[in-house]
Amino acid sequence: MTTALRERAAGRTVPAGTRGTGRRRRGRPVALFLAPFLVPFAALYLAPIGYTVYQSLFRMHRSGLGLTAPTQVFAGLSNYATALGDADFRGSLLRVLLIGLVQVPLMLLIALGLALLLDARSTLFKRFFRLAFFLPYALPGVVGAIMWSYLVAPGLSPITAAAHHLGLHLDLTSNAMLAPTIGNMLTWGWTGYNMLIIYSALQAIPAELSEAATMDGCSAFGIAWRIKVPLVRPALVLTTVFSIIGTAQLYNEPAILHNVAPNLSSSYTPIYAAYDAVNANNFNAAAAESVILALLAFVLSFGFLKLVQRRGGAL
Amino acid sequence: MNTSPQPVGTRRAPLSRWLVLGVLLIASVYFLAPVWWLLVSSTKTNADLFSGNGFWFAHFALFANVHQVFAQQGGIYWQWLANSALYAVGGAAVSTLIAALAGYTLAKYRFRGRELTFNSVLAAVLVPQPLLAVPLYLMFSQIHLVNTYWAVLLPSMVSPFGVYLARIYAGASVPDELIEAGRIDGAGEFRIFATIALRVMSPALVTIFLFQFVAIWTNYLLPVLMLANDHLQPVTVGIVGWQAQRGIGPSAVPFNIVITAAMISAIPLVVLFLSLQRFWRSGLVAGSTK
Repeated sequence: MTTALRERAAGRTVPAGTRGTGRRRRGRPVALFLAPFLVPFAALYLAPIGYTVYQSLFRMHRSGLGLTAPTQVFAGLSNYATALGDADFRGSLLRVLLIGLVQVPLMLLIALGLALLLDARSTLFKRFFRLAFFLPYALPGVVGAIMWSYLVAPGLSPITAAAHHLGLHLDLTSNAMLAPTIGNMLTWGWTGYNMLIIYSALQAIPAELSEAATMDGCSAFGIAWRIKVPLVRPALVLTTVFSIIGTAQLYNEPAILHNVAPNLSSSYTPIYAAYDAVNANNFNAAAAESVILALLAFVLSFGFLKLVQRRGGAL
Repeated sequence: MNTSPQPVGTRRAPLSRWLVLGVLLIASVYFLAPVWWLLVSSTKTNADLFSGNGFWFAHFALFANVHQVFAQQGGIYWQWLANSALYAVGGAAVSTLIAALAGYTLAKYRFRGRELTFNSVLAAVLVPQPLLAVPLYLMFSQIHLVNTYWAVLLPSMVSPFGVYLARIYAGASVPDELIEAGRIDGAGEFRIFATIALRVMSPALVTIFLFQFVAIWTNYLLPVLMLANDHLQPVTVGIVGWQAQRGIGPSAVPFNIVITAAMISAIPLVVLFLSLQRFWRSGLVAGSTK
């Protein structure tokens, strides 16, 4: 740490809780301490966002014969128009929206229910159940997706085989079943994670509150519904926001399911579609699709935050 | 009938207690059965996978399968595991140190732009990762970083969530008096961080390292975009590549190999989670009670 740097930082920075005294004696190398994070952060988080927006405004112009190198020309918002005009891409947005609308509330309801049951005083084998529910999260997402893709694959699936014994003809990879199958993969993988966040919040509630309510004749269900659930609201908001963002980035599950369900299109989800555009060397289209999806994810997650904040009780 | 004194709760509602247990048991079957299927299937021959009860053992071929996994494609599975370890350990170690320093600075120094910095870090936690992967790929291909170790390592070294955790922890657990005492003893600011703050923050460091390690080990989209060379790929990308080579032909990878390879790749994470439970739980708590 050179004195020059200390000098330069002096005056601009004041240590917490020691305003004034430390300030005159020496500077605080704040800039130096933040640089190792902020420089890569700017290069690998902020720059890609800027670069995407920039790329989304251009397109490659190829000459008719393709003998000369393609040139980049300004395209305005035409990539956006193309993306939004593309029925496949619109379909992928809608699909993810629908999966999220059904799967996220269902998953969080199950997570909340399991957390409340685990939190109940008389519940047995808490440690075992907690670990059992959490295990799917400890498996890499890709491994979970491969596993489920085989669990639903025609010819390999023990579920289909069992249904067949019962005289049911079930194809979990048929077009109608793709969305429920993917929803199930997400629910299986993430319920335990969300349950643990809610459970941790439940455990922070003072025991006296429940005891007092019991004295007043409140049933266990009443305590859960009237006291515990309102108190873990911040955890529920957090898990909802994380789930919305998670649904927006849906990629692994459909991409891996595609290996056993060839009818699953490569524009099943927006990320999948963008990745497909990259593979087709259409970077500009991929950029426009990424920006649209980012905006949608942003609007939905922040919209949700604002909605619950307005109803009282901030995150 | 047992007449020995029991806690009030157990005597009053035995029926609801069994009901709760039943619900929890059904839920644990749902969460555990697929993992059980994976374990059982990794012990089967390829032919046995298609016949008999999927949830019960047939001819025990686990060792043959493991042997085949490590022999497939010239033993590339070793390379994939080593690559995953390199990305996860290297990326997590660097990102943890950087995040600790940044989080400590954000918690313990007052300066102009502090809130702005912290808010942009928070916003970055909410940016869907795959949305960064595509533009990063575009950028990296411009500067010829695609298909190198750096293409995956560099993005792994930044963890906004780590900075967030580090700031919360440093704010709550590093006393100002300790920093002031270090200053009176004449220690430089960095020395105070390295010798005093880092030690106090060590549980948070383990948590950040763990979360980042898991995030990198399980990441799929970024490496699959960045790495076409399969000798650079992590195990997640490698296995999915094998799974995609289904069907017939000389390069087809049988199902039992994919299943056993997937099972093996899950072991490091499960072991890590089980052995370091208290750290990831504290991370989840910090994440939920901000």
